[in-house]
Amino acid sequence: MATKLKPVDIAIVGLGWAGGILAKELASTGLKIVAFERGGPRATNPDFMAPQVHDELRYSRRHELIQNLRKETLTFRNDPSQRALPMRQLGSFLPGEGVGGAGTHWSGLHWRWTEWEHKMYSGTVAKYGKSIIPADMNLQDFPVDYHELEPYYDKFEKVCGTSGKAGNLQGKKIEGGNIFEAPRASEFPNPPLTQSHNMVLFEKAARNLGYHPFPVPASNASRPYTNPDGVALGQCHYCGMCTAYGCEANAKASPHFTVIPLAYKNPNFEARTNAYVMKVNLDSRRKRAVSVTYLDAGGREFEQPADLVILAAYVFGNVHLMLHSKIGKPYDFKRNTGVVGRNYSYQSMGGVGALFPKGTYFNPFMGSGALGTWIDDFNSDNPDFAKVGFIGGGGISSGSNSGAPIARHPVPPGSPRWGAGWKKAVVETYHRMTAVGNQGSVMSYRQNYLDLDPTYTDSFGRPMLRLTFDWQENEFRQMEYARGICASIAKEMGAEQVLSRRERGRYSIVPYQTTHNTGGTVFGDDPRTSAVNKYLQCWDVSNVFVVGSSVFPQNAGRNPTGPVGALAYRLADTLKDQYLKRPERLVTV
Amino acid sequence: MSKENDAEPKIVNRRAWLKLFGAGAASGVLPLGSAAAEDSAVAGHHATHAPAVPVDEQVPVYEFLNGDEAAFVEAAVDTLIPADDVGPGALELGVAVFIDRQLNSGYGRGDRMYLQGPFMEGTPEQGYQLRMTPSELFRNGILDVNAYLRAKYKRPFDALTNEDRIAVMTQLETGQIELPTVPTAIFFNLLYDLTMQGFFADPLYGGNKGKASWKMIGFPGIGAMYADKIEAWRNKKYMTEPMSIQDLL
Repeated sequence: MATKLKPVDIAIVGLGWAGGILAKELASTGLKIVAFERGGPRATNPDFMAPQVHDELRYSRRHELIQNLRKETLTFRNDPSQRALPMRQLGSFLPGEGVGGAGTHWSGLHWRWTEWEHKMYSGTVAKYGKSIIPADMNLQDFPVDYHELEPYYDKFEKVCGTSGKAGNLQGKKIEGGNIFEAPRASEFPNPPLTQSHNMVLFEKAARNLGYHPFPVPASNASRPYTNPDGVALGQCHYCGMCTAYGCEANAKASPHFTVIPLAYKNPNFEARTNAYVMKVNLDSRRKRAVSVTYLDAGGREFEQPADLVILAAYVFGNVHLMLHSKIGKPYDFKRNTGVVGRNYSYQSMGGVGALFPKGTYFNPFMGSGALGTWIDDFNSDNPDFAKVGFIGGGGISSGSNSGAPIARHPVPPGSPRWGAGWKKAVVETYHRMTAVGNQGSVMSYRQNYLDLDPTYTDSFGRPMLRLTFDWQENEFRQMEYARGICASIAKEMGAEQVLSRRERGRYSIVPYQTTHNTGGTVFGDDPRTSAVNKYLQCWDVSNVFVVGSSVFPQNAGRNPTGPVGALAYRLADTLKDQYLKRPERLVTV
Repeated sequence: MSKENDAEPKIVNRRAWLKLFGAGAASGVLPLGSAAAEDSAVAGHHATHAPAVPVDEQVPVYEFLNGDEAAFVEAAVDTLIPADDVGPGALELGVAVFIDRQLNSGYGRGDRMYLQGPFMEGTPEQGYQLRMTPSELFRNGILDVNAYLRAKYKRPFDALTNEDRIAVMTQLETGQIELPTVPTAIFFNLLYDLTMQGFFADPLYGGNKGKASWKMIGFPGIGAMYADKIEAWRNKKYMTEPMSIQDLL
């Protein structure tokens, strides 16, 4: 039996970037706010102190900062004809857990999405007509355009101390920055990070081939920096331990030391950690949320009444809570109707390995999470979709992220995997191998979706979320096209051997690929194809809002954190300026 | 299998292990092969911090593995990463100890895995679907392999010649041996991953003694700050005495 608690004004589920930004920004309302975080408390000191935080086994292999599957996981299958089975071990993606969420262990690639990436449907139709869109592709627009989000993108970069170089300042194209980016009001708060050897080679090769290389926007601070909130970020050490790790220097922007401590300063804010939200409870008419039910670390059940509920969990948590709480119509793939679970998408990570002549030293251990040189010449809507035969694109880059040797001890294909021959190959290869990668967009399809599993339950007894996903022809074509470009750049860089796999295998949940899952609670203007409206408000239950990459209708060829932060800042303004003044439906149809 | 198997089993026993181990670590300098041994910084570092013959170096005490299992693991890691002129082997770097401790840890006991049923066979894309924790799987895998070898060749893995161990390991890797309890590929991959982890992980966990694998490949360890080096060392060999977590505490 749940213990019923004293009502609060706002309940926030999840305390990563999205929940942290809202917790901090809503302080000025004076309202009573409680945030629920399924993991424990996290602070740079003591949780991310050197030297212990530089432990590859603990963080990168044993996933200290990642979701504990013993408590909750999902089931997976490639297509609806299969039986889904539980993801029993972590692999393909690594959702965060604990205060700061995935913001503690992200790499720091901090993008603004392009104008087309906010309007993929209408932008594509305007150029190529409707007939270019495959029948099973649920291509949709963001219901807001880039220009509406620009001030929020700008704000989020300044909070994070993003290091980069503008390529389009108020419409003026600037060489050396990304000339394909949408116009920005201001320059990045910090200059670009220092390039590694492979990046210098990549930049030169890309220019020789007529492309437009630029430094990846990195929320790894290139110099000591104090953000507009007065929070100090340290200078990046290039220690090569960002992705999967916390940062002891506070050089990698993370909500746990930026926005969240500012939320804590608000006497009306409280965070409850190790608290698993089970369900959002609705009134008898199912038009209003009245409370959330959660379990504390000891498994005791509590009911927290709240006037407003903000779902700011990871993609899977948001969708799971919506389905389990019966908010919004669940997606039915057979009829392509319903909205919750619709348009799940992902991202492809491909490209080529590049082995350079003996005597080349890339020093892969000198690096930073987002340290890379990139081209957008084949990303966004820059490819001619009619000519290349696919919709979308990919960011092509070379970077220096980590040389930690459990994960990174490459050998050329054909080498033995073990034994004396393997050892010789490892020693000969470690310093002279680099990569030219493609980060490919992935469109949404009717047959790729999330729903509740009929068989498996999590440790709390709830039906698990079921993921149905596979690569589609459009994405295979993008990967193959980009692989050719990557190979030509690697050759131009001077690679002795370009290592490439040409496989069209099914998507597998086993190897790590990327934690850029999107969709399932898509935002839009049409309640038949979106779970939340343009203000991120649930169509059916007007006092529940959803924020995070679960609202993206499909995925671009770049990282999602920039728009996640921008949308969280915009939601804070929506709530402060509109909803809290008149708590009702913000869009009527 | 070669015909030498009919001869008296060659037992690479714990005495041999100790001899190998003692030859290097007991003198304070690991047998790194010629290239690394010439690195005066390496020798110098150890010479100043370690007594010439540490008296407290003992036979590794296994927490989890029984005698048969320990013998298997020692022989297996020695086969996967042998000592040679290129660099140290997994056995002398303590990888068997690493594996033992990992199997006895929360990881080995599956504390972050979903292990509720029903258990059903899936596709390769759906990943691991057995009810066993890594420890259980590993233990059953050893029993399976040794039962197969005893039935066929009358001796366990650790009693095979080096050549035959390589042959058996290759058969495990390529799935030519079918194990009754544990799918061969899953067992081989677990053994393989744990061996690589033990060889390359921070020495904190019992493997990679003396940071010897890091020295071998040229990984300068952890704790270094490269903000002022990343440009200066472009395309130049950067190597210092690697630092581990314990070095920096």
